[in-house]
Amino acid sequence: MPKLVIRDDRCKGCSICVEFCPKDCLEITDRLNPLGYRPVGLRDPEACTGCAICARMCPEVVIEVWK
Amino acid sequence: MSESKVTFEKGNVALAKAAVAAGCRYYFGYPITPQSDIPEYLSGVLPRIGGQFVQAESEVASINMLLGAGATGKRAMTSSSSPGISLKQEGISYMAGSEIPAVIVNVQRSGPGLGGIAPSQGDYFQATRGGGHGDYRVIVLAPASVQEMYDLTVLAFELADAYRTPVMVLADAMIGMMKEPLEEWVPQNPEPAKDDWAATGAAGRPGRRIKSLYLGDGELAEHNWKLAQKYERIRREETRVQIELPEGCELAVVAFGSAARIAKSAVDRLNDEGRRVGYVRPITLWPFPEEAIRRVAEQGVPLLTVELNTGQMVEDVRLAVEGRAPVHFAGYPPGYLPSPDDIYDEIVRRLPAGKEAA
Amino acid sequence: MKPVFVRPQSLTDKPFHFCPGCHHGVIHRLVAEAIDRFGVRERTIAAASVGCSVFLYDYFDIDVVESPHGRAPAVATGIKRTNPDKFVFIYQGDGDLAAIGTAEIIHAANRGENLTVVFVNNTVYGMTGGQMAPTTLLGQPTTTSPYGREFGQDGYPIKMTEMLAQLEGVGFAARVAVDTPARLAQARKAVFRAFETQLEEKGMGFVEILSSCPTNWGMKPLEAVRRIEREMIPYFPLGVYKERKGSDAL
Repeated sequence: MPKLVIRDDRCKGCSICVEFCPKDCLEITDRLNPLGYRPVGLRDPEACTGCAICARMCPEVVIEVWK
Repeated sequence: MSESKVTFEKGNVALAKAAVAAGCRYYFGYPITPQSDIPEYLSGVLPRIGGQFVQAESEVASINMLLGAGATGKRAMTSSSSPGISLKQEGISYMAGSEIPAVIVNVQRSGPGLGGIAPSQGDYFQATRGGGHGDYRVIVLAPASVQEMYDLTVLAFELADAYRTPVMVLADAMIGMMKEPLEEWVPQNPEPAKDDWAATGAAGRPGRRIKSLYLGDGELAEHNWKLAQKYERIRREETRVQIELPEGCELAVVAFGSAARIAKSAVDRLNDEGRRVGYVRPITLWPFPEEAIRRVAEQGVPLLTVELNTGQMVEDVRLAVEGRAPVHFAGYPPGYLPSPDDIYDEIVRRLPAGKEAA
Repeated sequence: MKPVFVRPQSLTDKPFHFCPGCHHGVIHRLVAEAIDRFGVRERTIAAASVGCSVFLYDYFDIDVVESPHGRAPAVATGIKRTNPDKFVFIYQGDGDLAAIGTAEIIHAANRGENLTVVFVNNTVYGMTGGQMAPTTLLGQPTTTSPYGREFGQDGYPIKMTEMLAQLEGVGFAARVAVDTPARLAQARKAVFRAFETQLEEKGMGFVEILSSCPTNWGMKPLEAVRRIEREMIPYFPLGVYKERKGSDAL
């Protein structure tokens, strides 16, 4: 199973990654990070294929993908 | 002064030759009278000795090319004349703020505005007050002969590197375009290494920034104080002035550049006639030789400032004198270049009465 | 496990100061990937510009020289002419490159300076608070065109890539966008080509990247992303406008 590393303390909650995830496995969470944003989280790890579209679209470059 | 040779040379060409002798291999400029001999000479020489000559699209572009070259530690220069120097002020301010060494030549013509192409010293304020925005200074060297166009240009490169700061050679149309004997010499001081600060590509080290932007709390104040301390060091170490003060001096003329050499003829003639007239020629306009001028004033010697403008350096003379002695002024705005006779008359008019020589 | 995607080495670890959803971050990443891909980090000198991209020197672990507003092409010319062995790129926004620095970019291009230029077009002055840029679209309201840009008053949005592609000194000119994964892949290729153009000494490699500015457009990040396709691409067509191939050296 691919591994997604999200540095959610640096996420600004723009949700671009959520929008473009082809498997719809990301979501904006309810918690607040230290920056005051609601960061993204992996909603459905099973569905993630590790395609890294989220990481490539992320303006903050805070997602890493390992497979 | 080894390997010297004497030729008969134009001031602008002497300056260009000095730049090459000082190891400058890169020139960026834009044509403007009366300095175009400099780019014309260097466009022929630099490409043949492994250098680069770039005629830029504007003065603004050329000063920023100089900024880029200087930021990598390369000896480079630009030259222009008054209106063009106004356009360069943006880049000069950035270079002062970013501590980038560079040599800028201003062969002054006349203003304000398009003014004219006659010699003038109307850019004294602009040169000595920094010129652009922000709290900074530029070292300003004022040659008064073709030989000094050479000597002071070599010095300009050395000072720029030594203090990582822009240095201006402030000449004018007269010094730039006249011919005199020139003794070329090969500078012996080695160019300092710049690996410790210049942008050279981050090989084996973290990336480096050459910048003037400081937004962190207190950073900019600290940076300005650091620059101020550097300027203080320059004041202490690099002030240059030529003083000839006869015993029992009745009056001393203060003048720089072209005005100084014209005034010198008048001073020499008066001394030949038995008067005792002193001569004070600031070679660095910034730092201004205020200490030397103060010492003259402390002896009660009246001063006559002669300038090719309506009164700029005279303000610095007054600041240095601080009321200790009378400070007179004879000004010649562009359009009329005074003769030694004119200045002779101005001096005589101010000499203390009843002391005329036989 | 093997990395599918990790942060490029040439980026420092400093968090971007950009607003949520701003494309500068993505574009920074593309440039950093190109630096890594071509192995030029240790011989790169960048000329930073003025605007939101001014902090480039905090984000790239390379040597960076700050430039006055609009003057990066001149600064870069000075760097490259005196250091032909170095890799030199500039990164400018639309106010910087297409307004105050128009003369500098056109003449650097026309001289065929071997520079890589990344031009970020988000149709607005970002850092100063959303004023009208030369690239602001007709009808687009900004803080200095409150009724929308109107050609009789403000002229037309300027098409830099088309203009520069006309110049002999330009080896590569393309306009790309980073609003969808497919376009992002094209943008990455274009940035790489602009790098190669310099490495092959084929003159200026120029990439215009259409970028969002959610804050100054008054939009949420995703709305801003959609505006690129809806409003920007129709006026600023994507594509490679010039490519000097193989042996046609400059």
